[in-house]
Amino acid sequence: MINSKVFLRGLFSIKRFDSPGIALGASFIAIGALLKNIGFTIHESIFSSFLIYALPGSLVLAESIIIGASLLNIFLAVWLVNARLYPMTVSLMPLIMEKNQPRWKYYLSCHFVAVSSWLIMKSNYKKIEKKHRIDFWIGIGTATWLIAIFSTIIGYFSADYLNKDMMIGLAIVNPIYFLCAMIGVMKSKSISIAIILGAILGPIFYLISDEWCILFGGIIAGTIAFYIGEK
Amino acid sequence: MTFEIVLAIIATSLATYSSRFFGVLTSIKINEKSKIYRWFNCLAYSTLAALISRVLVFPNGALLETSYLSRIMIVLFAIFIFYYTKKNLVYPTVLSAIALTILNVYF
Repeated sequence: MINSKVFLRGLFSIKRFDSPGIALGASFIAIGALLKNIGFTIHESIFSSFLIYALPGSLVLAESIIIGASLLNIFLAVWLVNARLYPMTVSLMPLIMEKNQPRWKYYLSCHFVAVSSWLIMKSNYKKIEKKHRIDFWIGIGTATWLIAIFSTIIGYFSADYLNKDMMIGLAIVNPIYFLCAMIGVMKSKSISIAIILGAILGPIFYLISDEWCILFGGIIAGTIAFYIGEK
Repeated sequence: MTFEIVLAIIATSLATYSSRFFGVLTSIKINEKSKIYRWFNCLAYSTLAALISRVLVFPNGALLETSYLSRIMIVLFAIFIFYYTKKNLVYPTVLSAIALTILNVYF
């Protein structure tokens, strides 16, 4: 059903010195501490990382709980901030889809689509035979997902020992890691333009709409990059 | 577990999973060499870049306690370290976290 050798190769790919595991772990430690501070129990905190597994979505959830937002508002706010997962999934799945593999693997493993796992898979998929890529992906996803869950637990129990300055240090880890990772993948004209324009338009659109800025900025930047890069 | 919190977590997870699920549905008919795939690839990188820069320029959570100037300095510092260490990802990340903590304590 799952090629265990390839699965384990994906699972242990997180062990590399410069893997996103550090950034992911630091962010979810901060999330665990945040959830404890706003009154979540340990079970609720684990449950949230288990089911959501997307940092911006967890932050929106925490903010929504603080202000007492309605379920519909929470759903819409999270959907908008996590809509980036749609193009990320579409840009990943065709690389790992194989006719002989059961569909449930794709519908289940898409839960693992997040920046960290996505970046590992995008930079390693060529090394894996196409028919085994889904098992490699499930391995990567399982590893990053478990890091997120265990880091949430660590963050929850260390919340009392983390002061404001330490929380700031943890909070900057994720954006800086992925900023550098994005600079590192700027190897083609279209991707470079997409990243630079996206980075400029995201904050600009924030001044118009804080909820739609990522979606609008991303779509416009990506479309311009596609047309310029394809020429 | 509080019923309201469980409902909020379920709403959040459904909103998150829906983008992933529809991504798989869309992918079924997309070839990795097609133009539409390349467009989606650009969209994936641009939306990620938009998210990361939004978090750095207009943060929420703990980073709200930091100034624009300190965040700009940290970003430039991280990019410098990234290139100085031949595109290593760990050094700029760890050093930036330490530097921002120090900046925030003393300045």
